[in-house]
Amino acid sequence: MMKTWQAVKRLLPMTAMFGLFLAGCGREDLSVLRPQGPQAELSYGLMELSISIMIVVLLIVFTIAAYVLIRFRRKPGQNEIPEQVEGSIKLEILWTVIPLILVVVLAVPTVKAVFAAGDDHANDKDAIKVKVTGHQYWWEFEYTDYKVTTAQDLIIPVGKDIAFELETKDVLHSFWVPSLSGKIDTNPAGTINRFSFSAPNEGVYRGKCAELCGPSHGFMEFKVKSVSEQDFQKWIDSMKAPVAVLPEDPALAEKFKAACLTCHAVGDQGINNAPNLTGIGSRESIAGILLNDDTREDGAPIEENLKTWLHDPQSVKPGNLMPNPKDLGLSDAEIDGIAEYLANYKLD
Amino acid sequence: MAQAAHTLNSSKPLGHGHSVKRHTGLMDWLTTVDHKKIAILYLWAGGLFFGIGGIEALLIRWQLIKPMNDFLDAQTFNELITMHGTTMIFLGVMPIIFALMNAVIPLQIGARDVAFPFLNALGFWTFLFGGILLNLSWVMGGAPDAGWTAYTPLSTSTYSTTHGVDFYTIGLQIAGLGTLIGGINFLATIITMRAPGMTYMRMPMFAWTTFITSAIILFAFPAVTVGLVLLTFDRILGANFFEVGAGGNPVLWQHIFWIFGHPEVYILILPAFGIISEVIPTFSRKRLFGYSSMVFATILIAFLGFMVWAHHMFTTGLGPVANALFSVSTMLIAVPTGIKIFNWLFTMWGGQVRFTTPNLFAAGFIPTFTMGGVTGVMLASAPADFQFHDTYFVVAHFHYVIVGGLVLGLFAGLHYWWPKMFGRMLSEKLGKWTFWTFIIGFHLTFFVQHFLGLMGMQRRVFTYLPNQQFDLLNLVSTIGAGLMSVGTIIFLINIYLTSRKPADAANDPWEDGRTLEWTIPSPPPEYNFKQTPLIRGIDAFWKEKMAGNKGMTPAEPVGSIHMPSATILPFTMSVGIFIAGLGFMFSRDDFGNAFMSFMFNYYIVTAIGLIITFGSMLLRSLYDDHGWHIEPEELEGSERT
Amino acid sequence: MTTAHAEASKEEFPHEPEKATLEGRNKVLAFWLFLGGEAVLFGTLFATFLALRNQTNEGPSANELFHLPLVAAATFILLVSSLTSVFAIQAMHRNRPAVLRNWLLVTVVLGLGFLILEIYEFTQYVRHEDFGMTTSAFSSAFYTLVGFHGAHVAFGIAWISILIGQLMRKGLTVVTAPKVYVSAMYWHFIDVVWVFIFTVVYLLGKVG
Repeated sequence: MMKTWQAVKRLLPMTAMFGLFLAGCGREDLSVLRPQGPQAELSYGLMELSISIMIVVLLIVFTIAAYVLIRFRRKPGQNEIPEQVEGSIKLEILWTVIPLILVVVLAVPTVKAVFAAGDDHANDKDAIKVKVTGHQYWWEFEYTDYKVTTAQDLIIPVGKDIAFELETKDVLHSFWVPSLSGKIDTNPAGTINRFSFSAPNEGVYRGKCAELCGPSHGFMEFKVKSVSEQDFQKWIDSMKAPVAVLPEDPALAEKFKAACLTCHAVGDQGINNAPNLTGIGSRESIAGILLNDDTREDGAPIEENLKTWLHDPQSVKPGNLMPNPKDLGLSDAEIDGIAEYLANYKLD
Repeated sequence: MAQAAHTLNSSKPLGHGHSVKRHTGLMDWLTTVDHKKIAILYLWAGGLFFGIGGIEALLIRWQLIKPMNDFLDAQTFNELITMHGTTMIFLGVMPIIFALMNAVIPLQIGARDVAFPFLNALGFWTFLFGGILLNLSWVMGGAPDAGWTAYTPLSTSTYSTTHGVDFYTIGLQIAGLGTLIGGINFLATIITMRAPGMTYMRMPMFAWTTFITSAIILFAFPAVTVGLVLLTFDRILGANFFEVGAGGNPVLWQHIFWIFGHPEVYILILPAFGIISEVIPTFSRKRLFGYSSMVFATILIAFLGFMVWAHHMFTTGLGPVANALFSVSTMLIAVPTGIKIFNWLFTMWGGQVRFTTPNLFAAGFIPTFTMGGVTGVMLASAPADFQFHDTYFVVAHFHYVIVGGLVLGLFAGLHYWWPKMFGRMLSEKLGKWTFWTFIIGFHLTFFVQHFLGLMGMQRRVFTYLPNQQFDLLNLVSTIGAGLMSVGTIIFLINIYLTSRKPADAANDPWEDGRTLEWTIPSPPPEYNFKQTPLIRGIDAFWKEKMAGNKGMTPAEPVGSIHMPSATILPFTMSVGIFIAGLGFMFSRDDFGNAFMSFMFNYYIVTAIGLIITFGSMLLRSLYDDHGWHIEPEELEGSERT
Repeated sequence: MTTAHAEASKEEFPHEPEKATLEGRNKVLAFWLFLGGEAVLFGTLFATFLALRNQTNEGPSANELFHLPLVAAATFILLVSSLTSVFAIQAMHRNRPAVLRNWLLVTVVLGLGFLILEIYEFTQYVRHEDFGMTTSAFSSAFYTLVGFHGAHVAFGIAWISILIGQLMRKGLTVVTAPKVYVSAMYWHFIDVVWVFIFTVVYLLGKVG
């Protein structure tokens, strides 16, 4: 009786977990378990295959374990000496050969998938070439064919292969959009990585940094926005429009140039040492983690997010390299003015 | 000459009279070269660090209990995860493994001590001072913060500006030296000190896994030592191994680290395999099923363990050929591991399984470790690993292997050999409470983490945004961690209560002991065996029992026993290394104090430390240790009946 | 007591005194194991050097830097010292303490000669070629690999010198013999490592 109870006790957490598992596999735009593109499906397929094999293995082991633990427990007064079995060649061969077969079953599709995933589309004329650069703690995306640079939001045309070239400017990061593809590290110059994925459906997908890169590693998020071919062209065109939209108030514009454009860029002005701000008003988030969606409980209007960020960047992302605007001589009113200007700096 | 030394002192009263000065109290512990006492030192020191690592784990879990928690700041969190991993692996579980090896191996192979008692003590003290140095970082300017893997460039002085990583590199070099010494010692001990008749294929499984583990230590630790030296040189001497701007290569660090790091995993798990292979036969009253294939599987695992390191680097970008090769070689490890699991199960098959605390842990080990093993095979598939890598799925996997495997194994081993080490049986009732709270807490903590990873939670994040469906699972995980600590506290209470009971454990307290350690008193006398036993088969003691004998047949007449002298030199050598390490670490600092700056910047402190170490070595070399003898009359006197 | 022991053992002095006692045999075995670990240590350093040897960071390259005649002389000296330590062990096996001591002395002197050449080489690089530890990844790898070997030579010299002193004080016994034997193993090992350094660092640096 006692043993049955113990077996039940051990199974309880398992069934509870299984319930949790069925209840949800995570967000569609974030979860590995809800793949949204061929690369993620490739990984997911192997996971399905391996977990199926492994569940069979687990069932066999658990069943034998449960059987021997219940059947062969020592009964009171049992004192005869059990037969001292040395082993069994047949059984040893059995549990050597069967796992070997299982390994082969998993290894063959694995090797195939490794080489399939190795196709980085670097020489594919139809692919969109994007150079990804990791920075503590933000992402820079350069569309090399279009000479367009942006940050934090990666806009891609739906269904097209995107050929990535990944590099870091400081420490190692890892570029990961779980629902679209596995991750790959951004290494320093000399060990540059390339890979490719595509998103067959329009939507916004969450991306993360998956390699410890400092205090705000957990906040180094970005978004991948898959849009129609038309919208993508439109976006490229407006990004390429050379005119920089500056604050209307000329005094503020001067301040903005002096304090911000020494690292940031808008349109054809400034430099790309920090996230490019062109069309920042149209982005999904500020600093990758303050979501510009006031219809959701965890979002806020973009202007509010910009103010949160600009008034104290360190409290939003500890350890980030942006100086506090107040230390650059901007007053609270000027910061709010810049926030308002940036919030309204949208692309057509 | 040793004979002469004895004659000189033989006028002293027998019974207590020894030919050397005997230390008591603290000095006894500082100078001991007795493997049984060194085992206890390893156990307490390892236990202390295990406790520190556990508290760090609880702080981490408390921070992650809810989204956007501000219990800890980001920097402190990174220091905690780094120190948790480093402490647990190098300073927590490895010393406890060494504790069991020291307590058991000489007894199991019928030896009076290890091959090098002096080195044994030296290994312990260097480990301890390395561990102390590493943990001093908390109060000396900040702990290391680049993860226990210390990936460059994050761990270089450009991005990790405190002395934290210096404490990591130098502390681990010192502690690693201790481990290397211990590994060589156990290799030599098992090769040369086996009792007559104890052939390799008659050795208990734990002796085998210790042997193989020591071999892995010997070939893996020097690699990480080099890696740590390179990083130290980069950070302190301005070398360019990992400085991209000057031609260095950060990926090199990953190779060096994992060439050591993966075998390290087997250094940890093989002893647990050995413990389980002792506990299960004892409490099934059956010999280990498929002994020779178990030995073969152990060797194969160690061998394969050296050629799979790059599976930690699938996302580094090594290219499809390397990824495919390392995927397949990694999957192959599942085969010998599977052999082991089935052999354990079939050891119990047809036996009479008794659910004592050690066996409960062993029985819990099998399914739990199997779960860690199967996720390991899943991780081996490179394209799937592109998703798993650096997520909570990996965190769950390695905790299943290290906690669900090794720590359960250690608990089994500690409960099993506790009466042999201390002469007192731990309370079975409290032991069972430990087991159930710990294992349920364990599964609660880590099972859910598989799903957190798959749902997109990467590892080493100090907090997470709400609304990602991570909240509930993280809460469950934290509750589980609480339950695990309840289990650990019950274990500590058990130790405390047991220590107040009389030391009355029998020679063979579990009654079904199969190996040599159960033929001698608990705890064993200083010299272990009055007469070296003659080994007539595998499970030597069981064989004699079945033949109707009460004990072993002696292989020698009763005679005087030569013992090594106690010495403080291992301790002073380690103190010297410790001082030298600290001195080197701060050699580039400006102390704002002329004297201090002079002492450190001109390597005076480093030199003092090295002089202490090499001076102690010199003393050891110049003055031969002739040891001392225990005479037959004393043997009879101290024998327990 | 020491002399008494030495005299007592001289009568039946074993052919291989280093293996006459269990302690001696353990020592030799453990030292083989230790050298296995050392091999991994140097293997990792070699791998590092090979990975970084062309990363000169606009500093001097191997080809510009190395002056083979000097290195060849150092190599020759070290190889000869290995031979003299063989002679020393042969003398030990024939129980000729004085000969043993003399060969050990020659070995130490040759080792010192090697070390002086190496220090001279390093100072030349630092003073005249602007080639220091911090110059490039190649320079770091070079100094670390060759310097580790140099430190091993220095340790060996100190060790064998101390053993010479012990031999003179305690004589050749079953206690001192294993120490001498093990130090000779060590000396051969660092000699072998040097052969690899000469090939991989210097020759390869000159041609590749």
